[in-house]
Amino acid sequence: MIIKTKFFDEIEISDKDIVDFDEGIPGFPGTHRYAIINDDNTFISYLQSLDSEDVCFIMIPPVFALKDYDIEISESTVKKLSIERPEDVKLYAILTILGNFKDATANLKAPIVVNVNNNKAVQEILDDERYGIRHRIVKESDV
Amino acid sequence: MLVLTRKKDEAVVIGDDIEIIISEISEDKVKIAIKAPKNIKIFRKELIKAVEDENRKSVDMSDLDIDGLREAIKK
Repeated sequence: MIIKTKFFDEIEISDKDIVDFDEGIPGFPGTHRYAIINDDNTFISYLQSLDSEDVCFIMIPPVFALKDYDIEISESTVKKLSIERPEDVKLYAILTILGNFKDATANLKAPIVVNVNNNKAVQEILDDERYGIRHRIVKESDV
Repeated sequence: MLVLTRKKDEAVVIGDDIEIIISEISEDKVKIAIKAPKNIKIFRKELIKAVEDENRKSVDMSDLDIDGLREAIKK
């Protein structure tokens, strides 16, 4: 199926790329169906809304931002997504880039959790003081 | 909206299995204890607000240098 995207005009995706956020995404309550588009040459995945072309999140694996990233998924999410084992789960962190991409931050406090077996997804809000909403991903020493 | 007055150590019950107990009252704060099933999500409202605001910022990146970013985190 061909979809319209924010960054790449029209692209073709398959059904397995489509994930459902039954509860929407905080701040975007009306958007439920998204495509996850992997950028094969980079660590980026795009979370493109199928309801609204202008809504597209840029995501990375949270371990790219913090290698010891290790979270406990709430029982509520385990039930809602019918998660049975840890291998069912794929995690993403949403990036925020205001101005220069070197100032990019990853939201490690509220990762996107996907059950890869049924493509149900939520944005999980963690009650975990170790992780922040704006975690810098490019270290000062790399700039 | 239902508005109730409660004293210290009094409680309200919501539905069959949620109980909110007023455990401590001071001048400008109350401490509450919540008994609820584990599948009920409970958050401080400002945290949800912060996530909503951050999500809106993440989508609103009109001058994003997408190629610069892709170069910075290529495999």
